[in-house]
Amino acid sequence: MTTVSPSLEVEPKKPFWKKLARVPWTWRITIGYLTVMLFIPIIAMFLKAGTEPPSRFWAIATSDIALSTYNVTFVTAIFAAFLNGIFGTLIAWVLVRYDFPFKRVIDATVDLPFALPTSVAGLTLATVYSNNGWIGSLLAPLGIQQISFSRTGVAVAMIFISLPFIVRTVQPVLQEMEHEIEEAAWCLGASQWQTFWKVILPPLFPTILTGVALGFSRAVGEYGSTVIISSNTPFQDLIAPVLIFQRLEQYDYSGATVIGIVLLSISLVLLLAINFLQAWARRYDSR
Amino acid sequence: MTVDKPSFHSSASDTDTVKPQEQKSWVPTLLIGIAIAYLALVQYIPAINVFFQAFSKGVGPFLSNLTRADFLNAVWLTFLLAAISLPLNTVFGLCAAWAIARHKFPGRAIILSIIDLPFSISPVVAGLMIVLLYGRQGWFGPWLQANDIRIIFAFPGMLLATAFVSMPFVAREVIPVLEEFGKDQEEAARTLGAKDWQIFLRVTLPSIRWGLLYGLILTNARAMGEFGAVSVVSGNIADQTQTLPLFVEDAYKQYETEAAFSAAVLLALLAVVTLVLKEILERKTRIKDVE
Repeated sequence: MTTVSPSLEVEPKKPFWKKLARVPWTWRITIGYLTVMLFIPIIAMFLKAGTEPPSRFWAIATSDIALSTYNVTFVTAIFAAFLNGIFGTLIAWVLVRYDFPFKRVIDATVDLPFALPTSVAGLTLATVYSNNGWIGSLLAPLGIQQISFSRTGVAVAMIFISLPFIVRTVQPVLQEMEHEIEEAAWCLGASQWQTFWKVILPPLFPTILTGVALGFSRAVGEYGSTVIISSNTPFQDLIAPVLIFQRLEQYDYSGATVIGIVLLSISLVLLLAINFLQAWARRYDSR
Repeated sequence: MTVDKPSFHSSASDTDTVKPQEQKSWVPTLLIGIAIAYLALVQYIPAINVFFQAFSKGVGPFLSNLTRADFLNAVWLTFLLAAISLPLNTVFGLCAAWAIARHKFPGRAIILSIIDLPFSISPVVAGLMIVLLYGRQGWFGPWLQANDIRIIFAFPGMLLATAFVSMPFVAREVIPVLEEFGKDQEEAARTLGAKDWQIFLRVTLPSIRWGLLYGLILTNARAMGEFGAVSVVSGNIADQTQTLPLFVEDAYKQYETEAAFSAAVLLALLAVVTLVLKEILERKTRIKDVE
């Protein structure tokens, strides 16, 4: 913490502990709270995983059941995030560019999944998409049966939970985009479709990807809504967070920790990817 | 919520008029239709369903569900968890926001990402980390047992889980406001001889109040609604360590769908209140921007 403020670097001769005493108390509270709440738990988890010999770690991490939960969790989350990437961008576009009745209300309710507790979301989605639910009963005659308590249900819950991330990431960028460029394209005879593909989409693309990555990372970690809407059957719709939970219930701490480390590592990688994407998106601003 | 007022930020209002005529008129209608249909399928119909199911058999059964002892205990526990984790996270959030917004230092972006970490860590993993620290086999497990302190499957563990998942909101909402506001007034106050806490109370706090309130509302919503992390550490014992979201799931699994939806309505109302307050606060800050 020697770099906290320039005044600390003016006196390099002082011992470390004296410098530490001059660290502002705001910093002490911040670092202290982060240490207790975040750093120590993460370190504890990695150390716990480290007590497993690598071969056993690998065996647990790549056991059949673990692999099937990665498949359900990550593949379904990618599907949900990409679907929302398309529709979320469309919703952001509509909210920014057009005027229509109840626009303010619709804009405000996009954040519903942030505010609605996940167990409530799971409960109501499971009911609505069950075979005799409001939407499920309409889809059943179309051949789409058994949405709740299946992998499709997991996808529905992930779509619900990740939608606002994409809309809220794309919306402000779309708002600040200069209209003149589009008008110039129109003046040069480009069709609406060409304008969208060649003028609007390229600078927007990193932002959309950021939103998709944020939505994906939330969908992967999601527990409350997915555990309720899925039947949690191994090799069918069992997601990785539920597997961790089941391992803990069986007092299999090392099994839970290994799967937990896999999930945590993926969150950390995604965090880096999102930071990179945001830096990439910012390059368009500086031009 | 009033919808008739023009929005302050809408870029559409001043640009619509200059749109070239060759724009096909059916395109906006189609796009708006698709957007609303998608939102209806994913959000609106499920949201309406919560209220419909809770009151489908009338208000009587609904009210009788609300007076169950295990339900009332869950409500009390939910409030208590939020009431304690809210001030904790506020103090941390304000300190972190101040430290980050008022100092330029290398690794600033990393610290910002670290503060956001609880959002990207799966709630179950968050719960697992707490179990690995304070559980029977955890780091502090033997010591806690020797001193007869229960954290896992008890209130302190649930509090840790709740505080963890709702940690970043205040810092996240206050940092941009603090950055935009700048240091000038604070420095002016300092040259006039104000003490640190005086500067904070009289200069800084008034200027960040809307951002802070916004962060508090989000913290509260997450704290009351958290399910995954709390369910890992609580053991989910009815009447003892069951919060409202856990009650919802438990009742649903026991095929007491009505009781589940009765509790879900309360949480859905919390969500509605959160969204309305959020909207009001967003307008407040926007009006200030326009001025």
